[in-house]
Amino acid sequence: MAYTLCFLLFMIGLYCAVVKKNMVKIVLGIMIMEYAVNLFLIMLGYFHDGVAPIIDRSEFDAQTQTVTAQFLNSSVDPLPQALVLTSIVISLGSLALLISICIRTYEKYGTFDITEIRRLRG
Amino acid sequence: MALFYMLLVFMVIAAIIAVETKDLLSSVICVGAIGFGGSLMFLFLRAPDIAITQIVVEVLGLIILIRATISRDLTFITGDREFFGTVVSVVILFVILLAGVRIFATLPEFGAPVFARLPGTASQAYISRGLADTGAPNLVTSIYLDYRAYDTLGEATVLFAAVIGATAILRSKSRKALEGSDA
Repeated sequence: MAYTLCFLLFMIGLYCAVVKKNMVKIVLGIMIMEYAVNLFLIMLGYFHDGVAPIIDRSEFDAQTQTVTAQFLNSSVDPLPQALVLTSIVISLGSLALLISICIRTYEKYGTFDITEIRRLRG
Repeated sequence: MALFYMLLVFMVIAAIIAVETKDLLSSVICVGAIGFGGSLMFLFLRAPDIAITQIVVEVLGLIILIRATISRDLTFITGDREFFGTVVSVVILFVILLAGVRIFATLPEFGAPVFARLPGTASQAYISRGLADTGAPNLVTSIYLDYRAYDTLGEATVLFAAVIGATAILRSKSRKALEGSDA
Protein backbone atom coordinates (compact mmCIF):
# COMPACT_ATOMS: atom_id res chain seq x y z
CA MET A 1 0.00 0.00 0.00
CA ALA A 2 2.65 2.52 1.04
CA TYR A 3 5.00 1.38 -1.71
CA THR A 4 2.21 1.61 -4.26
CA LEU A 5 1.29 5.18 -3.31
CA CYS A 6 4.96 6.13 -3.49
CA PHE A 7 5.22 4.57 -6.93
CA LEU A 8 2.08 6.44 -7.98
CA LEU A 9 3.83 9.68 -6.96
CA PHE A 10 6.80 8.66 -9.13
CA MET A 11 4.54 7.94 -12.10
CA ILE A 12 2.83 11.34 -11.76
CA GLY A 13 6.26 12.96 -11.95
CA LEU A 14 7.18 10.83 -14.97
CA TYR A 15 3.90 11.75 -16.70
CA CYS A 16 4.64 15.44 -16.07
CA ALA A 17 8.16 15.14 -17.48
CA VAL A 18 7.07 13.18 -20.56
CA VAL A 19 3.83 14.86 -21.61
CA LYS A 20 4.06 18.57 -20.67
CA LYS A 21 5.25 21.23 -23.08
CA ASN A 22 6.43 23.77 -20.54
CA MET A 23 10.11 23.55 -19.59
CA VAL A 24 9.51 24.51 -15.96
CA LYS A 25 6.80 21.85 -15.72
CA ILE A 26 9.32 19.25 -16.91
CA VAL A 27 11.74 20.35 -14.19
CA LEU A 28 8.94 20.08 -11.63
CA GLY A 29 8.18 16.55 -12.84
CA ILE A 30 11.81 15.57 -12.35
CA MET A 31 11.69 17.03 -8.83
CA ILE A 32 8.55 15.03 -8.00
CA MET A 33 10.32 11.87 -9.16
CA GLU A 34 13.27 12.70 -6.89
CA TYR A 35 10.98 13.07 -3.88
CA ALA A 36 9.31 9.75 -4.62
CA VAL A 37 12.59 7.87 -4.98
CA ASN A 38 14.05 9.35 -1.79
CA LEU A 39 10.89 8.50 0.10
CA PHE A 40 10.91 4.95 -1.24
CA LEU A 41 14.50 4.33 -0.16
CA ILE A 42 13.80 5.60 3.35
CA MET A 43 10.65 3.44 3.49
CA LEU A 44 12.73 0.34 2.65
CA GLY A 45 14.71 0.79 5.87
CA TYR A 46 11.77 1.55 8.14
CA PHE A 47 11.00 -0.81 10.98
CA HIS A 48 7.59 -0.91 12.69
CA ASP A 49 7.76 0.82 16.09
CA GLY A 50 11.46 1.37 15.46
CA VAL A 51 13.63 4.09 16.93
CA ALA A 52 15.80 6.65 15.13
CA PRO A 53 19.39 5.44 14.60
CA ILE A 54 20.76 7.59 17.41
CA ILE A 55 22.35 5.69 20.30
CA ASP A 56 21.36 6.82 23.77
CA ARG A 57 23.81 6.70 26.67
CA SER A 58 21.82 3.90 28.31
CA GLU A 59 21.92 1.78 25.17
CA PHE A 60 25.72 1.55 24.95
CA ASP A 61 27.92 -0.61 27.11
CA ALA A 62 31.24 1.19 27.47
CA GLN A 63 33.04 -1.86 28.88
CA THR A 64 32.41 -4.19 25.99
CA GLN A 65 31.96 -1.40 23.38
CA THR A 66 28.69 -2.86 22.15
CA VAL A 67 25.14 -1.60 21.85
CA THR A 68 22.35 -3.41 23.62
CA ALA A 69 20.46 -6.12 21.78
CA GLN A 70 17.25 -4.15 22.27
CA PHE A 71 18.62 -1.21 20.25
CA LEU A 72 20.04 -3.61 17.67
CA ASN A 73 16.59 -5.07 17.12
CA SER A 74 14.58 -1.84 17.13
CA SER A 75 16.73 0.67 15.23
CA VAL A 76 15.74 1.60 11.69
CA ASP A 77 18.29 1.05 8.92
CA PRO A 78 20.82 3.95 8.93
CA LEU A 79 22.43 3.07 5.58
CA PRO A 80 19.66 4.29 3.21
CA GLN A 81 19.31 7.42 5.33
CA ALA A 82 22.97 8.32 4.84
CA LEU A 83 22.77 7.68 1.09
CA VAL A 84 19.51 9.63 0.68
CA LEU A 85 21.16 12.57 2.47
CA THR A 86 23.70 12.64 -0.38
CA SER A 87 20.95 12.31 -2.96
CA ILE A 88 18.92 15.24 -1.56
CA VAL A 89 21.88 17.62 -1.66
CA ILE A 90 22.81 16.56 -5.20
CA SER A 91 19.19 17.06 -6.31
CA LEU A 92 19.50 20.70 -5.20
CA GLY A 93 22.57 21.13 -7.40
CA SER A 94 20.91 19.56 -10.41
CA LEU A 95 17.81 21.71 -9.83
CA ALA A 96 19.94 24.86 -9.91
CA LEU A 97 21.55 23.72 -13.16
CA LEU A 98 18.20 22.84 -14.80
CA ILE A 99 16.59 26.12 -13.77
CA SER A 100 19.54 28.15 -15.04
CA ILE A 101 19.19 26.38 -18.41
CA CYS A 102 15.47 27.29 -18.38
CA ILE A 103 16.17 30.97 -17.57
CA ARG A 104 18.81 31.16 -20.30
CA THR A 105 16.48 29.60 -22.85
CA TYR A 106 13.76 32.06 -21.89
CA GLU A 107 16.15 34.95 -22.43
CA LYS A 108 17.05 33.63 -25.89
CA TYR A 109 13.62 32.58 -27.17
CA GLY A 110 11.14 34.47 -24.99
CA THR A 111 9.14 31.36 -24.20
CA PHE A 112 9.19 28.21 -22.08
CA ASP A 113 7.33 26.20 -24.72
CA ILE A 114 9.60 23.43 -25.98
CA THR A 115 7.64 23.01 -29.23
CA GLU A 116 8.47 26.58 -30.19
CA ILE A 117 12.17 26.21 -29.42
CA ARG A 118 13.16 24.61 -32.69
CA ARG A 119 16.04 26.44 -34.25
CA LEU A 120 19.50 26.64 -32.72
CA ARG A 121 20.60 30.22 -32.24
CA GLY A 122 24.08 31.41 -31.38
CA MET B 1 0.24 5.19 11.20
CA ALA B 2 -3.04 6.52 9.76
CA LEU B 3 -1.51 10.00 9.70
CA PHE B 4 1.35 8.58 7.64
CA TYR B 5 -0.98 7.35 4.92
CA MET B 6 -2.93 10.62 5.02
CA LEU B 7 0.31 12.53 4.40
CA LEU B 8 1.18 10.21 1.53
CA VAL B 9 -2.23 10.75 -0.08
CA PHE B 10 -1.81 14.51 0.50
CA MET B 11 1.50 14.37 -1.38
CA VAL B 12 -0.09 12.50 -4.28
CA ILE B 13 -2.94 15.04 -4.49
CA ALA B 14 -0.48 17.94 -4.36
CA ALA B 15 1.49 16.30 -7.17
CA ILE B 16 -1.62 15.97 -9.32
CA ILE B 17 -2.48 19.64 -8.73
CA ALA B 18 1.11 20.67 -9.49
CA VAL B 19 1.01 18.78 -12.78
CA GLU B 20 -2.39 19.92 -13.93
CA THR B 21 -2.68 23.55 -12.82
CA LYS B 22 -2.23 26.23 -15.48
CA ASP B 23 -0.35 28.83 -13.46
CA LEU B 24 3.36 28.11 -13.08
CA LEU B 25 3.70 29.87 -9.73
CA SER B 26 0.97 27.82 -8.07
CA SER B 27 2.50 24.72 -9.61
CA VAL B 28 5.82 25.58 -7.97
CA ILE B 29 4.09 26.16 -4.63
CA CYS B 30 2.38 22.75 -4.90
CA VAL B 31 5.79 21.15 -5.43
CA GLY B 32 6.90 22.93 -2.26
CA ALA B 33 3.93 21.37 -0.47
CA ILE B 34 5.11 17.93 -1.65
CA GLY B 35 8.59 18.67 -0.35
CA PHE B 36 7.47 19.81 3.09
CA GLY B 37 5.02 16.89 3.30
CA GLY B 38 7.95 14.62 2.47
CA SER B 39 9.97 16.16 5.25
CA LEU B 40 7.15 15.36 7.71
CA MET B 41 7.07 11.81 6.33
CA PHE B 42 10.78 11.44 7.06
CA LEU B 43 10.06 12.36 10.69
CA PHE B 44 7.43 9.60 10.82
CA LEU B 45 9.93 7.19 9.28
CA ARG B 46 12.42 7.91 12.13
CA ALA B 47 14.87 9.82 9.95
CA PRO B 48 15.36 13.21 11.69
CA ASP B 49 18.57 14.07 9.82
CA ILE B 50 16.87 13.63 6.46
CA ALA B 51 13.92 15.73 7.62
CA ILE B 52 16.17 18.66 8.57
CA THR B 53 18.14 18.45 5.32
CA GLN B 54 14.94 18.21 3.29
CA ILE B 55 13.54 21.41 4.86
CA VAL B 56 16.74 23.37 4.16
CA VAL B 57 17.03 22.09 0.60
CA GLU B 58 13.31 22.67 0.03
CA VAL B 59 13.52 26.35 1.02
CA LEU B 60 16.52 26.90 -1.26
CA GLY B 61 14.89 24.99 -4.12
CA LEU B 62 11.68 27.00 -3.81
CA ILE B 63 13.66 30.25 -3.99
CA ILE B 64 15.43 29.03 -7.13
CA LEU B 65 12.16 27.89 -8.75
CA ILE B 66 10.30 31.10 -7.92
CA ARG B 67 13.20 33.10 -9.34
CA ALA B 68 12.68 31.26 -12.62
CA THR B 69 8.91 31.63 -12.79
CA ILE B 70 8.11 35.05 -11.33
CA SER B 71 7.96 38.14 -13.55
CA ARG B 72 7.80 36.12 -16.74
CA ASP B 73 5.06 37.25 -19.09
CA LEU B 74 4.26 33.85 -20.53
CA THR B 75 3.80 31.78 -17.40
CA PHE B 76 0.47 30.51 -18.72
CA ILE B 77 1.78 28.13 -21.37
CA THR B 78 -0.83 25.42 -21.54
CA GLY B 79 -1.63 22.31 -23.44
CA ASP B 80 0.08 19.00 -23.87
CA ARG B 81 1.98 17.70 -26.82
CA GLU B 82 0.08 16.33 -29.78
CA PHE B 83 -2.82 14.08 -28.94
CA PHE B 84 -1.52 10.78 -30.31
CA GLY B 85 1.80 11.02 -28.50
CA THR B 86 0.03 11.85 -25.25
CA VAL B 87 -2.26 8.83 -25.52
CA VAL B 88 0.63 6.49 -26.31
CA SER B 89 2.74 7.75 -23.42
CA VAL B 90 -0.18 7.53 -20.98
CA VAL B 91 -0.81 3.91 -22.02
CA ILE B 92 2.87 3.06 -21.61
CA LEU B 93 2.99 4.75 -18.20
CA PHE B 94 -0.10 2.81 -17.12
CA VAL B 95 1.51 -0.48 -18.13
CA ILE B 96 4.63 0.47 -16.17
CA LEU B 97 2.44 1.31 -13.17
CA LEU B 98 0.74 -2.09 -13.30
CA ALA B 99 4.09 -3.89 -13.60
CA GLY B 100 5.47 -1.85 -10.70
CA VAL B 101 2.52 -2.74 -8.49
CA ARG B 102 3.14 -6.42 -9.21
CA ILE B 103 6.84 -6.04 -8.42
CA PHE B 104 6.22 -4.18 -5.16
CA ALA B 105 3.93 -7.01 -4.05
CA THR B 106 6.99 -9.30 -4.03
CA LEU B 107 9.01 -6.97 -1.77
CA PRO B 108 9.03 -7.60 1.99
CA GLU B 109 6.13 -5.98 3.80
CA PHE B 110 6.42 -2.27 4.60
CA GLY B 111 7.84 -1.94 8.11
CA ALA B 112 9.76 -5.21 8.05
CA PRO B 113 13.10 -4.58 6.34
CA VAL B 114 15.32 -7.52 5.51
CA PHE B 115 18.77 -5.96 5.30
CA ALA B 116 18.90 -4.42 8.75
CA ARG B 117 17.94 -7.65 10.50
CA LEU B 118 20.19 -10.17 8.75
CA PRO B 119 23.46 -10.79 10.59
CA GLY B 120 26.53 -9.93 8.55
CA THR B 121 25.01 -7.24 6.37
CA ALA B 122 26.50 -3.76 6.18
CA SER B 123 23.53 -2.16 7.94
CA GLN B 124 23.78 -4.57 10.85
CA ALA B 125 27.51 -3.96 11.16
CA TYR B 126 26.97 -0.18 11.14
CA ILE B 127 24.32 -0.40 13.86
CA SER B 128 26.32 -2.71 16.12
CA ARG B 129 29.82 -1.26 15.65
CA GLY B 130 29.20 2.33 14.52
CA LEU B 131 29.63 4.00 17.90
CA ALA B 132 32.64 1.91 18.88
CA ASP B 133 34.38 2.50 15.53
CA THR B 134 33.70 6.19 14.95
CA GLY B 135 32.61 7.65 18.28
CA ALA B 136 29.47 9.24 16.83
CA PRO B 137 26.22 8.32 18.63
CA ASN B 138 24.26 9.35 15.55
CA LEU B 139 24.74 6.42 13.19
CA VAL B 140 23.80 8.42 10.11
CA THR B 141 26.63 10.82 10.92
CA SER B 142 29.04 7.95 11.43
CA ILE B 143 28.19 6.51 8.01
CA TYR B 144 28.01 9.85 6.23
CA LEU B 145 31.24 11.35 7.53
CA ASP B 146 33.34 8.32 8.40
CA TYR B 147 32.53 4.99 6.71
CA ARG B 148 31.52 6.63 3.45
CA ALA B 149 33.41 9.90 3.65
CA TYR B 150 34.63 9.55 0.06
CA ASP B 151 31.00 9.46 -0.99
CA THR B 152 30.48 12.79 0.76
CA LEU B 153 33.58 14.20 -0.90
CA GLY B 154 32.20 13.18 -4.29
CA GLU B 155 28.89 14.78 -3.39
CA ALA B 156 30.59 18.09 -2.62
CA THR B 157 32.44 17.82 -5.95
CA VAL B 158 29.18 17.27 -7.83
CA LEU B 159 27.57 20.20 -6.03
CA PHE B 160 30.40 22.56 -6.94
CA ALA B 161 30.39 21.32 -10.53
CA ALA B 162 26.67 22.09 -10.72
CA VAL B 163 27.18 25.58 -9.28
CA ILE B 164 30.01 26.28 -11.75
CA GLY B 165 27.79 25.09 -14.59
CA ALA B 166 24.89 27.28 -13.45
CA THR B 167 27.04 30.41 -13.20
CA ALA B 168 28.63 29.69 -16.57
CA ILE B 169 25.19 29.38 -18.16
CA LEU B 170 23.70 32.41 -16.43
CA ARG B 171 26.49 34.94 -16.93
CA SER B 172 25.79 37.51 -19.62
CA LYS B 173 28.38 40.25 -19.19
CA SER B 174 31.39 38.61 -20.87
CA ARG B 175 29.22 37.31 -23.70
CA LYS B 176 27.95 40.83 -24.42
CA ALA B 177 31.50 42.16 -24.31
CA LEU B 178 32.47 39.48 -26.82
CA GLU B 179 29.65 40.41 -29.19
CA GLY B 180 30.59 44.10 -28.91
CA SER B 181 34.20 43.44 -29.90
CA ASP B 182 33.04 41.40 -32.88
CA ALA B 183 30.91 44.23 -34.22
